[in-house]
Amino acid sequence: MIIANNVSKKFGRLKALDNVSVTCNNGECIALIGPNGSGKTTFIKSILGMVMPDQGFITFNGKNILHDWQYRRYIGYMPQIGRYPDNMTIGQVFNMMKDIRTGSGNNDTDESLVDGFGLKPLLQKRMRTLSGGTRQKVSASLAFLFKPDVLILDEPTAGLDPVAAEVLKEKILFEKSCGRLILITSHILSELDDLITQVIYMQDGQVKFHKKLEELQKDTGEQKLAKAIAAVMKRSV
Amino acid sequence: MKKIIKYVFTDILRNKIVLGYTAFLLVMSLSVFNLEDNTSKGLLSLLNVVLIIVPLVSVIFSTIYIYNSAEFVELLVSQPLRRKHIWTSLYTGLAGSLSLAFLIGAGVPILLYAPAGTGAVMTGMGLLLTIIFVSIALLAAVITRDKAKGIGMAIFLWLYFALLFDGLVLFILFQFQDYPLEKFMLVATAFNPIDLSRIMILLKMDISALMGFTGAVFRDFFGSGTGFIIAIGILVTWAAVLFWLSLRRFNRKDL
Repeated sequence: MIIANNVSKKFGRLKALDNVSVTCNNGECIALIGPNGSGKTTFIKSILGMVMPDQGFITFNGKNILHDWQYRRYIGYMPQIGRYPDNMTIGQVFNMMKDIRTGSGNNDTDESLVDGFGLKPLLQKRMRTLSGGTRQKVSASLAFLFKPDVLILDEPTAGLDPVAAEVLKEKILFEKSCGRLILITSHILSELDDLITQVIYMQDGQVKFHKKLEELQKDTGEQKLAKAIAAVMKRSV
Repeated sequence: MKKIIKYVFTDILRNKIVLGYTAFLLVMSLSVFNLEDNTSKGLLSLLNVVLIIVPLVSVIFSTIYIYNSAEFVELLVSQPLRRKHIWTSLYTGLAGSLSLAFLIGAGVPILLYAPAGTGAVMTGMGLLLTIIFVSIALLAAVITRDKAKGIGMAIFLWLYFALLFDGLVLFILFQFQDYPLEKFMLVATAFNPIDLSRIMILLKMDISALMGFTGAVFRDFFGSGTGFIIAIGILVTWAAVLFWLSLRRFNRKDL
C-alpha cells in the first residue's frame, strides 16, 4: 500500500530522515514509536506530500506520490496540532472539507465521531475559541469523515479527555476490523497495546526496527508494549 | 479550484480591511473630484494615490493575509488538491478582491468624472499595479517562513519601487549626464512597474511636455500604439513572472 524507499530529508544540518525504507500494507495497524525529534512527524508529512524528501521516493498503491495529489483522497490525516482558519466555525470547516472532498466522488460521510464526541451542539463555535481538546476532536472527526482506506494519526489521544480517548480508540479498533491501514504515533504506549499489530521504532531519523508485535514480544520476553520498548531501548544503550 | 477561490474570497470579504480600503478610495477620489472643478487637476491628485497607496495596501494586505492563512494552506495541502491550484486560488482570491476594491473605490469615480483616455489608462494601471504587488507579496511570503521578515521584505520592495529606484536612476543620470542616456532610460523604466505606470498615465495627461528631452523620447516610444501594448505587456509579464516564481517555490515548500 505505502512503500517508502530510502527516504532522506535534511532540515539544514539536522538529518530528520535518514534512509527510511518502510512497507505498510492493508489491514495493518502500525505504531510509529520513537523519542521526540526522531523523525516520526516528518515521515508522516512526507507520506502526505507536505514535506518533500531530498532523496528516495514514496509510492502509494504502486504510484509515486511525487507530483500526484489524487492519492490523498484515500488518506485521513489527523495532525499532531490541528490548525484551522481562526474565524471559521466548526460547521463551516466540516462543510468546506465535504465540499472539497465530495468533488472527488465519495458522497457518503461517516459522522459517527462527530456524534461520539458530541460536537453537534458546538457547530456554531468559531475555531479560535476552541480548547486544545475540542480542536483534537475536530481533527479526529475530519480524519474519519470520508471513510479513507488509510488513516494517519499523529498523537491522536494527546489532549483528549479519557471519555473521548476511549471513543476514539473504539473507532480505531472498528476501522482496523474493516481492514484499513492505520498508522499511529504515540508516546502513551500503554494505550497502543490492544490496537496495533506492528511496531516501527525510529531514532535519529533512522528506522531501528519494523516488527510484528508478537515478534517483539517474543524477542524481549515482555508482554506489554511499554516494557518491550523499554527493554529494546536499554539493550541499545 | 473554484471551490477554494470561493472560500478565499468569502474569507477576505469577511475581513473588514478590504471593505475599509474600498471606502477609503471612494472617499478619496470623490472628494478630489468635488474639490476641484477641473477634472485633470483631480486626476493629478489621484495619480499619487494610484501609484503609492494602491501598491502599498496591496502588498501589505496580501503578505499578512498569506501568513495568516498558513493554517488554511496546511489544511488544504493534506487534502486531495493540487498545490498549484491552492496557490493559484489564493492569488486569484487576493488579486480579484483587491482589484474589485480598486475598481469600485477608484475606478468608478474616475471613469464617471473623466471617462476620456486618461481616466481609463489610470484605472487600468491601478489594476495592473494591484496584481503586480499581490505577486510581490506572494513571493515575499513564500520565501521567508518568518512573518516579521516577510512583511519587512514586502515593505522594503514597495519602498524600493516607489522611492529608491527613482533615486538610483537620478543618481546614474547625474553621474553620466554627458552621455546619451535616452535608451537606457527607456530600458530602466521597464524594471520598475510603478515608474512605467506613471509614465503611461502622464503621457495621457498632456503634461509630458514638461518632462524635457527624455520626456520626448518616452512620448515617442510609449505614446505610439505599439509602445502602449509593449508597456502593458511588460506590466503583465511582471505579474506573471513574479507569480510563477512564487508558485515554483511553493510547490517545493515543506509545510
